[in-house]
Amino acid sequence: MSEILPAPASSATSSGSGFRRALGLVFSPTLVRILVPVLMLFLLLAVWQWYVVAHKVPPYILPSPVLVANALVKDWPILGAALVVTLKITFTALILALVGGVALAILISQSKWVELAIYPYAVILQVTPIVAISPLIIIYTPSTQVALLICAWIVAFFPVLSNTAQGLKSTDHNLLNLFELYRASRWQTLFWLRIPAALPYFLAGLRIAGGLALIAAVVAEFAAGSAGSGSGLAFRLLEAQFRLNIPRLFAALILLSVTGVLIFFATSLVSHLLLRKWHESALRREN
Amino acid sequence: MTFTASPAGMPAPARPLVSLRSVSKTFSNGTLALEHMSLDIGQGEFVSLLGPSGCGKSTALRIIAGLGAPSSGSLDWPTSMHDATGKAEPEVSFVFQEPTLMPWATVYENVWLPLRLRGISKKAAASDVREALAMVGLEKFETAYPRELSGGMKMRVSIARALVTRPRLLLMDEPFAALDEITRFKLNNDLLTLWEKFGWTVIFVTHSVFESVYLSSRIVVMAARPGRVFTDMGVEAPYPRGDEFRTSTVYNDCCRQASDALDAAMNASVPA
Ligand SMILES: Nc1ncnc2c1ncn2[C@@H]1O[C@H](COP(=O)(O)OP(=O)(O)OP(=O)(O)O)[C@@H](O)[C@H]1O
Ligand SMILES: [Mg+2]
Repeated sequence: MSEILPAPASSATSSGSGFRRALGLVFSPTLVRILVPVLMLFLLLAVWQWYVVAHKVPPYILPSPVLVANALVKDWPILGAALVVTLKITFTALILALVGGVALAILISQSKWVELAIYPYAVILQVTPIVAISPLIIIYTPSTQVALLICAWIVAFFPVLSNTAQGLKSTDHNLLNLFELYRASRWQTLFWLRIPAALPYFLAGLRIAGGLALIAAVVAEFAAGSAGSGSGLAFRLLEAQFRLNIPRLFAALILLSVTGVLIFFATSLVSHLLLRKWHESALRREN
Repeated sequence: MTFTASPAGMPAPARPLVSLRSVSKTFSNGTLALEHMSLDIGQGEFVSLLGPSGCGKSTALRIIAGLGAPSSGSLDWPTSMHDATGKAEPEVSFVFQEPTLMPWATVYENVWLPLRLRGISKKAAASDVREALAMVGLEKFETAYPRELSGGMKMRVSIARALVTRPRLLLMDEPFAALDEITRFKLNNDLLTLWEKFGWTVIFVTHSVFESVYLSSRIVVMAARPGRVFTDMGVEAPYPRGDEFRTSTVYNDCCRQASDALDAAMNASVPA
């Protein structure tokens, strides 16, 4: 009895699911994931433009999207150069943070003494607001560029260090026993067990550090207030504010946001590529 | 209560592969996990350690594996070669209760690990690794990652990894506890077949009276607090043992004896 029941129901759902499948082909999940935010963006821009025009908001209060786009094009020589400066600081700081953080984390994992001696100071450096340290750093460094680099490095370095150190410590106990049973050397255990096991932790640290490096590069430049040819986006932003050049301020802001988003996507992609074969976080569950 | 074999009644194996001599183990928190445990494991025996939870089965197995030294007493390997440091180099493999595979490595790489740690290259290890995988019936899964395997398959990879070094002594800590009964029976049979074929010595920790009787040539029942050997009984049934053994009277008798012994051991264990 129960076998014959589903027959009419299934024919009904099959036509329904056929329609849904056709929809699915047009609106594949990835397409939807891109399409929806883009539509949302255009909607917001349209409302913004309409609001500014309809209410005759002066551009030094709120410029229209068209004005901001104009500023982006017109001021590109200035803003582009500033972007390059900010990017240079951000990525140099990030790379140095990765190298330093991982090296120190490995050192810490190998010796309790190193951990006791170093870790508390890393924490102190981290919890002290970077804006408060930056004036000192600017005094002690030969150039503003170096000062900015050091500030960004301090901020980006800690998540890498603490995540990697945590990862190196959380190796599965039984796997460690297994390596011990087979008389693995300290280096074999480090390279074939601890480091691969710490990789997901490190990558989580990388994703945080990428965003923080940019933030710190901007914050430090606010504090340092560099000027001239070597100035980055933060300085251009402040400068635009002083001159009430609000369209340019918005343009600089957009460049910073886009940079932040791109860094986030880049670090997420790296993480996905490295973990997709095995780690839970990169799995698309099929159940 | 009568048992077919008591420690004194067991025919002592001519040359034990490993002996625990009055081994005690106290953990740093003061837990006395083992007290004066003495046990001879003969070459080629299949010995089950059976006992209530917390009686020190895992601790005993880990001491035999050299993971953590005994607090007092000693561990002897009468037949094995000693290296320059006087440290025994027995061919010991350990199968943990969980599969304990490296999730970032393929099945092949996981099984290769013990050889890799001895400096054998991936290529040079190929025939050994393939042979070990074939023993557990996973030769088609070389390139799979652990997450792509079922629980039983992971356990078999773990067993293949233990076998790849051709151990003389195989230590297994409740290896099949997490598996369903059908998979468990199948792996039991596979294990027995391999054991008979290669003449290993196996020490097998289990909670299950039935499993211990089915597999073992000898069952060591332990009591808890402090952990010690309570009864040492032989299972006088010939190998190979198949499914018909599970319905035989010998099997039933042995199960009853073993569970009586286990009950007695529970009663003899000071309550926690
Ligand atoms: N690392 C440790 N530190 C302190 N106490 C421990 C440690 N490992 C085990 N013990 C204690 O030693 C005793 C024996 O533990 P063990 O793991 O050997 O028991 P077991 O017989 O294997 O139990 P189960 O069947 O539940 O696995 C227990 O009382 C346990 O609490
Ligand atoms: Mg145990």
